[in-house]
Amino acid sequence: MAIELEFERPIVELRKKIMELKEFTQNADVDLSSEIKKLEIRLEKLEKEIYENIKPWDRVQIARHPMRPTTLDYISNLFDDFFECHGDRTFADDEAIVGGIAKFKGLPVTVIGHQRGKDTKENIRRNFGMPHPEGYRKALRLMKQADKFNRPIICFIDTKGAYPGKAAEERGQSEAIARNLFEMAGLKVPIICIVIGEGGSGGALALGVGNRIYMLENSTYSVISPEGAAAILWKDASKAKNAAETMRITAPDLKELGVIDDIIPEIKGGAHKDVKQQSKEIEAILTNSLKELLSLSEEQLITDRYNRFRTIGEYGFIQEFIGV
Amino acid sequence: MALKDLFTKNQPKKKKYATIPTEAAKNDVPEGIMTKCPTCKKIMYTKELIKNMKVCLHCGHHFPMTAKERIESFLDEGSFQEINENMVSKNPLNFPDYLEKLEKDRLKSKLNEAVVTGIGTVGGFKIVVAIMDSSFRMGSMGSVVGEKITRAIEKADELSVPFIIFTASGGARMQEGALSLMQMAKTSVALKKFSGNGGLIISIMTHPTTGGVSASFASLGDYNLAEPGALIGFAGRRVIEQSIREKLPEDFQTAEFLLKHGQLDAIISRLELAEKITLILDIHQPRGELAWQ
Ligand SMILES: [Zn+2]
Repeated sequence: MAIELEFERPIVELRKKIMELKEFTQNADVDLSSEIKKLEIRLEKLEKEIYENIKPWDRVQIARHPMRPTTLDYISNLFDDFFECHGDRTFADDEAIVGGIAKFKGLPVTVIGHQRGKDTKENIRRNFGMPHPEGYRKALRLMKQADKFNRPIICFIDTKGAYPGKAAEERGQSEAIARNLFEMAGLKVPIICIVIGEGGSGGALALGVGNRIYMLENSTYSVISPEGAAAILWKDASKAKNAAETMRITAPDLKELGVIDDIIPEIKGGAHKDVKQQSKEIEAILTNSLKELLSLSEEQLITDRYNRFRTIGEYGFIQEFIGV
Repeated sequence: MALKDLFTKNQPKKKKYATIPTEAAKNDVPEGIMTKCPTCKKIMYTKELIKNMKVCLHCGHHFPMTAKERIESFLDEGSFQEINENMVSKNPLNFPDYLEKLEKDRLKSKLNEAVVTGIGTVGGFKIVVAIMDSSFRMGSMGSVVGEKITRAIEKADELSVPFIIFTASGGARMQEGALSLMQMAKTSVALKKFSGNGGLIISIMTHPTTGGVSASFASLGDYNLAEPGALIGFAGRRVIEQSIREKLPEDFQTAEFLLKHGQLDAIISRLELAEKITLILDIHQPRGELAWQ
């Protein structure tokens, strides 16, 4: 499977050319080192140019990259002693959400996240990371457990959305999501949420009521998928590229709108290029964030979370009578 | 005058034998002298229908109500005092045509936004009420709807009175992007705070209550009630049919379906609603000094 995406093609081609030249010099008795040097400088410039100007639609592609690190990838790179807990104690274990207890640099925490599969087989088992109500209820069960034992909660958000299915509706998809929003508001421990891939609508938000909300640079967070928005707006799902821009779903957009607190930089070309290196970026921000939040009292944490969401939105007032 | 001229004129010309009314036709507020019920197909005087709280005189079908009609039919006469009525939407994403659409709906619905909030009484009990109106942008929730509902919850908290919400919404308002998504969280954290202070929350879901509204305050009542036949659900029917590749039962996502699956406390006819809510409010009266027996 090709790791490179469409917008990266010029970089890939130039890199290939350099490789070819290098191979050629090895076999033939000519010195092309100055040519190669020139091309390498050009490559560096090109990379800078392309990776620093990633368009929203390109970010959508990165966020959806099949090799993009998942919750479990970050768990194994960031935490020690992860012990996974299964089931909602009522109906089933929804593998579209994983959760459990672990240590972050020695600090006991609860970690929860949406979980996509890496291949078709795993994706079927995990329902492509699209949870049913029991997934949200499992998450809530683990959050309440964290609350009881005074452990901070870290949520990784990565879903196209809550699963639109018959059984999901029968078991109360709406109620399960709503309940999480409601209960997360009252937890007495720090909650840190990180959007690592796609943050799709209510299904993402159900793990998103935190004290701090971060997004990886190339992740997205939106009320509707670009395809869905395009279908409604222009009756044409192929206009998703335009919708990705209009809907303002990228990390920089959402920071500007006050929906998230900060952007976690991604390594050049996207997190999938090196999960270990990417984990270090997350570790740094997580460490600072935890330090800050652990100094707050239970009451302060709840108030802080309340204010975090209370202030989101833009509105105005009209005067009933405008002076003549 | 021909008999057909008696019927409402704003109904689109349709084949007479059409059996399944479209959502648009269902939501059409009848303005003619006579109204045809989309469920039982019987024809009745519009005046009588309105007198009957827009409940079909023959089969009990609940026609959609505007916020104004809801205030008149549900609250004690003359008790309603609106709050935050002048709040209006901005265009935070600079979304094409959004402001024009808002203006058009303001003129059409005579509302400033898709929810009306205020203080009133039911059966003599003081409450704060929020009433969504699907005639404004399909009742979709943007920043203003979220803010007005949140302020209403805070008002109920401040006055220590119950909070009652009538939901009617197609979901989040796309034109405000993630800001509209976040209104689900905003209203929910406000409800949690109110609930923590002992506040009583009653949600009455009316047709339709879907998407982000269904997945936030609509489902967070201490009592979750619904009107008969109301469409209530998270995902749209067509989306689900596409994803599971099977035909859904006819009653799928109706209030009756939800009740059967344990998602509602009760379905209450509009004709009995004020009475039943009064009963609930009465049971929740602060006991004060009066000890039992
Ligand atoms: Zn009827």
